[in-house]
Amino acid sequence: MSAPALEVRGLEYAYPDGTQVLRGADFHIHPGERVALLGPNGAGKTTLVLHLNGILTPDGGDVTVAGLAVQPRTVKEIRRRVGIVFQDPDDQLFMTTVRQDVAFGPANYGVTGEELDRRVMGALTAVGMAGVVDRPPHHLSLGERRRVAVATVLAMNPEILVLDEPSSNMDPASRRELADVLAGLEITLLMITHDLPYALELCPRAMIMNHGRIVADGPTAALLGDRELMSANRLELPLGFDPSLARPERLPAP
Amino acid sequence: MSAGHAHALYVHGDSRVHALPAHVKLVALLIVIVAVVATPRERVGVFAAHAVVIIAAAACAHLSPRFIGGRLLIGAPFLAFAVLLPFVGGGDRVVVGALSLSVGGLWGAWSVLVKGTLALAASVVVTATTPVPALLTGLGRLRVPVVITEIAGFMVRYLEVIAGEMHRAKVAMAARGYQPRWAWQGTALATSAGALFIRSHERGERVYDAMLSRGYQGRLPQLGATAATRADWARALALPLCAAAAAALAVIG
Amino acid sequence: MHIPDGFINLATSAGAGVTAAGGLGAVLHRVRTTLSERQIPLAGLAAAFIFVVQMLNFPVAAGTSGHLLGGALVAILLGPWVGAIVISVVLLLQALLFADGGISALGLNVVNMALIGVFVAWLVFRLLTALLPKTGAVLVGAAAVASWVSVVAASGGFVLEYAWGGTGNAPVSTVFAAMVGVHALIGIGEGLITASVLAAVLAVRPDLVYGARLLGVRRAVAVRADRRATATFVLAGIAAALLLVVVVAPHASSAPDGLERVASDHGFAWTGQASAAAGSPLAHYSVAGVPDAGVGTILAGAIGLVLTFAVGALVLHISARRGASRSTDDAVHR
Repeated sequence: MSAPALEVRGLEYAYPDGTQVLRGADFHIHPGERVALLGPNGAGKTTLVLHLNGILTPDGGDVTVAGLAVQPRTVKEIRRRVGIVFQDPDDQLFMTTVRQDVAFGPANYGVTGEELDRRVMGALTAVGMAGVVDRPPHHLSLGERRRVAVATVLAMNPEILVLDEPSSNMDPASRRELADVLAGLEITLLMITHDLPYALELCPRAMIMNHGRIVADGPTAALLGDRELMSANRLELPLGFDPSLARPERLPAP
Repeated sequence: MSAGHAHALYVHGDSRVHALPAHVKLVALLIVIVAVVATPRERVGVFAAHAVVIIAAAACAHLSPRFIGGRLLIGAPFLAFAVLLPFVGGGDRVVVGALSLSVGGLWGAWSVLVKGTLALAASVVVTATTPVPALLTGLGRLRVPVVITEIAGFMVRYLEVIAGEMHRAKVAMAARGYQPRWAWQGTALATSAGALFIRSHERGERVYDAMLSRGYQGRLPQLGATAATRADWARALALPLCAAAAAALAVIG
Repeated sequence: MHIPDGFINLATSAGAGVTAAGGLGAVLHRVRTTLSERQIPLAGLAAAFIFVVQMLNFPVAAGTSGHLLGGALVAILLGPWVGAIVISVVLLLQALLFADGGISALGLNVVNMALIGVFVAWLVFRLLTALLPKTGAVLVGAAAVASWVSVVAASGGFVLEYAWGGTGNAPVSTVFAAMVGVHALIGIGEGLITASVLAAVLAVRPDLVYGARLLGVRRAVAVRADRRATATFVLAGIAAALLLVVVVAPHASSAPDGLERVASDHGFAWTGQASAAAGSPLAHYSVAGVPDAGVGTILAGAIGLVLTFAVGALVLHISARRGASRSTDDAVHR
């Protein structure tokens, strides 16, 4: 087996006010895997994500991305390799046009001219948003903004894509369109979500996080079928949804 | 007074005015406004000439007179106080019906109205033909400090987001029967403005995290500034220079 | 307060433009070391916040409403340096995009609202907090007073510019009475709102308030509205407004009239006609038919104050209604 795309060992972190959020989180993800990260509010999922590219510095433990440890010296390269799509696309799309926003990442890494245009159009085409390239982001719908937010990260050619609650607040059609986009990407994926059917559909593997630790890790259908585990971690399936009967239409890439 | 709104200022089009680089249009606008403001108020004919210049520019930009007129109405309240001038002005007076008006005050009102209106019409032509992001890069090309244009960019981007948050807070308060009429009832509104500041700040921090995540090193990459050719300058400045010449003749003559 | 194009002559506008550029240049130079990369997005969000708060109409009295200028608020929240930059950016975009304030008058508006408005507020705030104990209540009270002074000072800046290069033909003393008088009343609302906004932030995130950090107020503090202090502030503001209109305004004419003469002597002839002569009912603040000059002046001042306030209230009322209907339009548009 190849080196993990992402390896997290014994991660610990407390906020400046003393709240301990991460208490020894441990896991690794192999190249090409698609993994869902589940867990109740306050479990530390978003805090964990901010460690994956060195925005936050852990009090203990370490993060390695494709063999490269996250350190102040490596942080620039790490941020190219780990593409994070934040929960609120309005936080992610901060420039005045979609084009400028998608170009922001690659331009920070010295990409210019025609190559930059190619990256921008390539990333927008991958998410089906090439038509809005010159629009201001705040004139797009939430679903469109989410897809453009994914494009801003894809334009950097990352090795692993991390999404923080990609399907929240979206109408069913937008949710489906985004699923189509994500399913079509050939990339390592880590997806935080409360949307359990979404996790089952897109990710063969899932982890459950609670109290700052990974408390379960296994095939998504198996975790979702374990009632005790689910209720111990404040997770609930939608009424009438049976994971053993659900047949994900898209069997994810091996 | 301020009643700014994030209305759709830009009117999509493919006219020659639309195609000009933003910084060239900004320079042209400044020339027209300076010419209008410098024209002595008694030279009514010169103001007519300025109006012709602005109408010609609007026609080149395929903007209808109705559109320009509508936009002028939005600016009209800012000029409303001009109506007071004939009453409070000094000097010779003229009797119109039951009113005794100051001649100087009437000239003053005319001056404020005509100059304010023409300047506004000129700026409408530019803002309707130039997308806001292009205006900002244009300002950057005119050597406005990067700090200013970058802060302006973030402001433009988040204006509607924050206005939306404020609007939702107001709706939520109105839904529970809040309808302030007196100053001391305004504290709830001010408190929600305080909460809005905190939310704006926290959003600023998240935006900064998102920027860092994509390799931000302390400077925004300079993207999308179009260079201007000599022909662009000639095309953009032809009309404004007519206005400037008219104003110069009026001042000398 | 936003001066449109053509209200002040070109020479004065250009002079103000140079002053504004110089002042802002000094401010930018000063913050170059402290305005970290992190603060650029934060300042942009603060500018959007100020713009939105200026759109928000607060009740003044009986269904009329006013809104915040924000000079004191930004000075105390962000510090005077970043605050002046933020207000300047707001003014720039208001002039360029929303026809609020003229483009040739941008320098004048930056001088009045971003430089005078912010730095006068900061000086008053620093002075008061230096003299008084450093508590949350003092901070909020000092902010209210600083807001009032800053609004009045900004309107004073306008009067001075009008005296130099006004094209409106109203006597300077009338303009002084109208602008400074009305703004002495507007300043009361500005002070109350600034104080309430600051109190709301101090109760949750005092660490975000520059003025609080500077004074060492670090813990969240609940500052309750003190009825007596509020009443004192409002009454003092009204008294100061009357004092300015009745006592100071008549004297305001002498010096600026001198400035006008200088201006006309130097060839800016078309602005010179403004020098006030007798004839207008309120000219020089003596009411015809009232023999005693002193009483006449006071009466004229009071009438002027009431009239200008009525007109101001009407304009605010109309713009508030326009604002309300337009924000519903926006909601539909969105």
